[in-house]
Amino acid sequence: MEQTTEYAPVFTGDNRKRLDEVLARYPAKRAGLLAALWMVQEQHGWVSDEAMAETADVLGLTPSYIKGVVTFYTMYHQHPVGKTFVQVCTTTPCNICGAEEVVEAFLEHTGCGDLGATSPDGKFTVIEVECLGACGFATPVMMNEDVIENVTPEKVPDLVKQYS
Amino acid sequence: MADQALVTLTIEGVEVSVPKGTTILEAAKQAGVLIPHYCYHPGLPIAGVCRMCLIEVEGTPKLQIGCATEVAQGQVVKVFGDEALKARESVLEFLLINHPLDCPICDQAGECELQNYVFQEGRSNTRYAEYAKRFSPVEDFGADVLYVPNRCILCTRCVRFMEHVAEEPVLNVSERGDRAFIGIHPDATLDHEWAGNVVDLCPVGSLISKDFLHKARAWELDRTPSVCTGCSQGCNINLDTRSDVVVRIRPRPNPEVNRHFICDTGRMHYRWMNRGDRIEAPLISRGGELQATDWDHALSEAARLVSGSGGRAVVLISPNASNEAMFLAKRLVAQFTATLAFRVERVDGEIPLSGVPGLALRAERAANVAGATALGYRDDFDAAVQAIEGASLVIVVADDLEGVSREALQKAVNAVYIGTILPDAARGAALVLPVANTAEEDGTLVNRDGRVQRYLQAKSAPGMARPVWWVLGEVLKELGRGESLFSADEAFALMAEAEGSFRGLSYANLGMHGRTMSEARVSV
Amino acid sequence: MGYPHKPHEKETVILSEYFGDAEARSYDGWVKRGGYKALKASLEMQPAEVVEIVKSSGLRGRGGAGFPTGVKWSFMPKEKSKPHYLCCNADEAEPGTFKDREIMRWTPHALIEGCAIAQYAIQAEITYIYIRGEFTEPLRIMQAALDDAYGNGVLGDNAMGSGRRLDMYIHRGAGAYICGEETALMNSIEGQRGNPRIRPPFPAASGVFGMPTTINNVETLAAVPHIINRGPEWYKSLSLNNEKSCGTKLFSVSGHVQRPGNYEVTMGFPLGELINDLCGGMRQGRTLKACIPGGSSVPILNREETESCLLDYEGCVEMGTMLGSGGVIVFDDSADMVYQTMRLARFYAHESCAQCTQCREGTGWTVRILERILAGQGEPKDLDLLLDLADQMTGKTICVLSDSCAAVVISTIKRFRNEFEAYMAGTREPGVVAAGVG
Ligand SMILES: Cc1cc2nc3c(=O)[nH]c(=O)nc-3n(C[C@H](O)[C@H](O)[C@H](O)COP(=O)(O)O)c2cc1C
Ligand code: SF4
Ligand code: SF4
Ligand code: FES
Ligand code: FES
Repeated sequence: MEQTTEYAPVFTGDNRKRLDEVLARYPAKRAGLLAALWMVQEQHGWVSDEAMAETADVLGLTPSYIKGVVTFYTMYHQHPVGKTFVQVCTTTPCNICGAEEVVEAFLEHTGCGDLGATSPDGKFTVIEVECLGACGFATPVMMNEDVIENVTPEKVPDLVKQYS
Repeated sequence: MADQALVTLTIEGVEVSVPKGTTILEAAKQAGVLIPHYCYHPGLPIAGVCRMCLIEVEGTPKLQIGCATEVAQGQVVKVFGDEALKARESVLEFLLINHPLDCPICDQAGECELQNYVFQEGRSNTRYAEYAKRFSPVEDFGADVLYVPNRCILCTRCVRFMEHVAEEPVLNVSERGDRAFIGIHPDATLDHEWAGNVVDLCPVGSLISKDFLHKARAWELDRTPSVCTGCSQGCNINLDTRSDVVVRIRPRPNPEVNRHFICDTGRMHYRWMNRGDRIEAPLISRGGELQATDWDHALSEAARLVSGSGGRAVVLISPNASNEAMFLAKRLVAQFTATLAFRVERVDGEIPLSGVPGLALRAERAANVAGATALGYRDDFDAAVQAIEGASLVIVVADDLEGVSREALQKAVNAVYIGTILPDAARGAALVLPVANTAEEDGTLVNRDGRVQRYLQAKSAPGMARPVWWVLGEVLKELGRGESLFSADEAFALMAEAEGSFRGLSYANLGMHGRTMSEARVSV
Repeated sequence: MGYPHKPHEKETVILSEYFGDAEARSYDGWVKRGGYKALKASLEMQPAEVVEIVKSSGLRGRGGAGFPTGVKWSFMPKEKSKPHYLCCNADEAEPGTFKDREIMRWTPHALIEGCAIAQYAIQAEITYIYIRGEFTEPLRIMQAALDDAYGNGVLGDNAMGSGRRLDMYIHRGAGAYICGEETALMNSIEGQRGNPRIRPPFPAASGVFGMPTTINNVETLAAVPHIINRGPEWYKSLSLNNEKSCGTKLFSVSGHVQRPGNYEVTMGFPLGELINDLCGGMRQGRTLKACIPGGSSVPILNREETESCLLDYEGCVEMGTMLGSGGVIVFDDSADMVYQTMRLARFYAHESCAQCTQCREGTGWTVRILERILAGQGEPKDLDLLLDLADQMTGKTICVLSDSCAAVVISTIKRFRNEFEAYMAGTREPGVVAAGVG
């Protein structure tokens, strides 16, 4: 899964314009970092070391500084992930409502097998996450940018099909 | 400073008055109490993260951190109360749960702040016995620095130094929680000119110097205050020696010059001090051949060679020679019309430590240009070499004579070479006198700001080599123009009497942080 | 409407009136429902008058600490010498809490209006709404509402024709609970790791970008327009137990109840009634065992305490817990308190920013001890060790994340010690411990 093709810069053309718009909201360039990293992930699916170097150039930061920030925030992927990234909340409120069974169901039906592993077809990566802020709708699951509420193990096969 | 408001407080029963805005930790130092701490370092912005410096402030229910809490009038601080002791013991216990017990092979042992505080305030037993310690491999951060993550206590001193002092954030804290470690981007290296300071700043053996790796144990080292001769900044240093060998240079804090830091050029600038190819005995020219002799003969020969007067003399001196040497050499040729000269290596540009105004690896790569200039030496080496022709006398002190031929030296009637290493051209001299290098003598240097600073002898000189001030003092005595000098201090006193620039200064009032020539003039 | 259920008759529906009403999301829909009147009225007052009204309403912060909102606003410098900022805390990541999400999903303009009033009152030129990265839908809705508000002249260089410039931007987080802590949130806005800062300096003196800053929770700010519209006296009168706690509060109920969801009740409402009446009681055939009333960071209550707890700041303290963010987590008799304690400790271990020694190492160690107990290898001394670690993790760190982890451990051991002891005595099957932190 590691990138072998040449690195494609993110901050050109429209993206550069979008970033400039974001930067205009803050009195300091560095404040645009989280947004810039979101743009990187949107384009590449993860935040590679090369992308950190590019972002560093654009924002006048160092790649090391950016790596410190990237590794702080769990939503930035430090490695490539499956086409659909599945995050199942297993924190206590969801946990007591059966969230771990939902995780099991995803691991089984996506073929991922293990948490954090990508399925052989490259379609899915499943991880457990901490509270998604939707505890009344146990179990909430994020599939890429979508939050699906009230997921039960029974609903998992259909969801997997839908996102395949 | 004098008109700054003072705050009076009591720390462990001792009353102290300190300027408003001082932290409790700094105030405690004045009360003679060291509050244990890790993340705090006077040369770095305050982080307040290790929570080691917890202390009790009467009237405040929670423990406070001494490193970030400012003093208040009438405050009563307890450093060794039960609650604070328990809290610090607990911090130590937390720090040790993943810390290897590899002190016997750790370079930091003996100067480790973890080892020290655990000894003073730690628990005697471990309650973490049942669990495996986390293990991560050693990482090469580039340049001279290795990172041993297992030993890291995440005090962030190294990160803050690079970010706020060097202003080049090459290190980061990566990840969160107990998975956190000090990280670096794979394309980055710790090759900033001032990066080596992170090794000194690291309170444990987590950042280590490859150069110093397994060279010596801390308790085997002798530490001698000195001044770096790498450039005209004049950073204060300690020379760490083991069995008469300089094994490491570390910064010695001086708020006026280098705060707590030195550059990597200076840090690595010590191998020459240990050179083995030294001149170990006086050499006298007999039939074109240099032959070893003893000091008695050498000194009377020296007196004979310089005893003339009325003609011209040339002195070529190293800009790293001590003021004492420069002064005595000048005095030695006083009866002549003298050309006093030095030369200095200059590179393009300075390498500043951005976060410390006034601190840089200077383009001028010698330590005593200002002293030489104050004593009348001119930065006009080539003209001085020209002037050798037809001169009665040429004296070379510690210049390596690079680019000067044996024949050029012989164009003077008499030539004396005083130095540590024998360059080929020096073989043209009638007399060669072996002297100590900077690590082997006491002396003073003047930095670019006119600060006169002392350095002390850290190791013995080889063979019969003697400090320049002693040698020149003896020659003057032979000539009937002075008494034997017993210390560099005496040589300095002669200079302070004779030379306006040094008036009012003495070893006693220079102390180990030095004084500027202008300060001295004001106080005279 | 107490989303996702129809409002119960015992609810006092103010903030949640339009939950589930999609039309309220648009600017026009909002204005039709009386929106932006409060902002208009505020802009006609002096900033100090607005602060005074909020102060006298008795409104207290809904983000967890319950600090009086008007008092907090009054800490901002009166004489402006530098830019001021308002930060709206929409990080909502405290387990058990999901009220801000619904405010943003259904009534985005209520939040924008509240922010604009606060922004005016503290004389800030910019509001940053910090929304957690996982809130993709609220993010979209808030962004659309902001565009709408700019398009209709609510925001921009002549806000509602007042001649004042008011700017408001969304800052998206990226997965870090700790960024809900106010100073961590500021660092995160500045493009740094979300590390809490040591105080002093306090945000009103030096906050985001080193400038005077006020930070408030979504629910706090959303309440402000109602206070302006209906007056501080009205708000103050909404109080069932202690006059220091007034207004309505959204309680997010999760766990083993029939109808989990958000319920808006007057301060001082009985917790027992919330669970039994509004939420329809426990699942079929189950009984109440325990409840965490204020988000995972507050001490847990046993059944008796739950049934007699009144939901306001003082009522919760009386029971030995706190109102926190109002995230009510309900456990029935099927819950394994040891396992759930471990699971919460793991949450804190995962989220610790790694600055403070006690928190960084203590949270992880706590998890490992609990895992050992769950694996049937615990020893009686482990409970003392857990309590001792918890003691050392309390009151000694930069922020209270460390204290929160400790509170979970201390309160659960205190109330459910027998369950821990059962694991040690081997009378309880060793649990299967799922994957570790990471
Ligand atoms: C670890 C931690 C997490 C927090 N998370 C949140 C949060 O997600 N949302 C929130 O509004 N406040 C949160 N807070 C509280 C904030 O620090 C702050 O007190 C609050 O936003 C102030 O707003 P208020 O006065 O309107 O309540 C958190 C505090 C801590 C210590
Ligand atoms: S490497 Fe040393 S200086 Fe850096 S954080 Fe670790 S212990 Fe501190
Ligand atoms: S208590 Fe924990 S989360 Fe809070 S600042 Fe310290 S390490 Fe970070
Ligand atoms: S605990 Fe699962 S969403 Fe909050
Ligand atoms: S030295 Fe004070 S907190 Fe680290």
